[in-house]
Amino acid sequence: MEIAGADLVRAAALLGAGLAMGFGAIGPGVGEGYAAGRACEAIGRNPKEAGLLTRTMLVGQAVSESTGIYSLVIALLLIFVV
Amino acid sequence: MVWDAETLVNGASFLGAGMAMGFGAIGAAVGEGLVAGYASSACAARSEKAGDIIKTMLIGQAVAESTAIFALVVAILLIFMDFQPTPIVAVALLGAGISMGFGAIGSGIGSGFPAAEACAGMARQPEMTGTLTNTMILGAAVCQSQGIYSLVVALILLFFDFADRALVPNAANLLAAGISVGLAAVGTGIGQGMIAGGAVQSIGRQPESVARTTGTMLVSQAVTETPSIFGLLVALILVFKVYPAETSIITMAAVIGAGFCQGLGGIGPGLGNGLAGVYTLQWVGRNEEATGVLTRTMIIGQAISQSTSIYAMVISLILIFII
Repeated sequence: MEIAGADLVRAAALLGAGLAMGFGAIGPGVGEGYAAGRACEAIGRNPKEAGLLTRTMLVGQAVSESTGIYSLVIALLLIFVV
Repeated sequence: MVWDAETLVNGASFLGAGMAMGFGAIGAAVGEGLVAGYASSACAARSEKAGDIIKTMLIGQAVAESTAIFALVVAILLIFMDFQPTPIVAVALLGAGISMGFGAIGSGIGSGFPAAEACAGMARQPEMTGTLTNTMILGAAVCQSQGIYSLVVALILLFFDFADRALVPNAANLLAAGISVGLAAVGTGIGQGMIAGGAVQSIGRQPESVARTTGTMLVSQAVTETPSIFGLLVALILVFKVYPAETSIITMAAVIGAGFCQGLGGIGPGLGNGLAGVYTLQWVGRNEEATGVLTRTMIIGQAISQSTSIYAMVISLILIFII
């Protein structure tokens, strides 16, 4: 199979997009889940503070999400822009 | 070097068998070891119940073993079955090995958690043996679902007729299908197992909470199932989508990228959902009035944790359909 240079570049970009979003999905998934779990534990200890604890959980998860968004952006760039 | 198709198919079948059994052995061994460790501690804590504890340990280990048996069956099929001597079948066999090999990891490890907690709970509350064992079996049975998805994809890759598809790019579809369903099973299997372990631990400490805890465990495991369903969905799309023949490697790279994207994309959310669920279940037992708010917060937290698996699904579908 003869592979043209331009094809190789495009292929690398697409494979890279898949790897970027694939590996990039691992961290936020684990981190946000851990945050949710500890928040629920805290609510179990102190149900009256459920509102505050849920808000804190959401803020923390939003920060954790940021690298997942970076991965999404890079994947879309590699597919559509490069 | 040019090899004939039959050589390729034979080589691929042996390599696939090696991957299926090699990876497939990891999960069950780790899970069963975990159960054995907890069982030893439990026997030390309450030696007069050693007989019951060891019985529960063996039942739990048997459930953990099941996906490793699936992997063994797939490996034996790969070694001894006759396959069509076409190059695309060789790639299908590799995909089957990857699918079942990786798919057995999560279920094996995950099934160990509820069994381990059941043994520990029996030392604390011997009269709860029956309830603990039942919850253990229920929780571990849900964990096996990922192994079953992987087995289904592996069997499709082994038995379906792919001969009339163009080798380039459709070979990549078959490999990527195995990667997608296999990798996604790792995180979700472990996550569901963690949740079941938390539920059994909770019931062991607060026996009166059985109904609530079991209900919350099933809800939590159901949410955690989603990333592995995405993995299965992308795998089935990949197997049944037939591309026309072409000579560039672009579509192949896109398809492999999609497989890794959805497969890897299921690991983190699966583990994270398990982390979210295990703490919730430990507290649902202790705090009856808070069950509602705990379950709602857990589901919100798990849904957010799954967001990257949804991004991965979007990227995978773009790579499959729009490239």
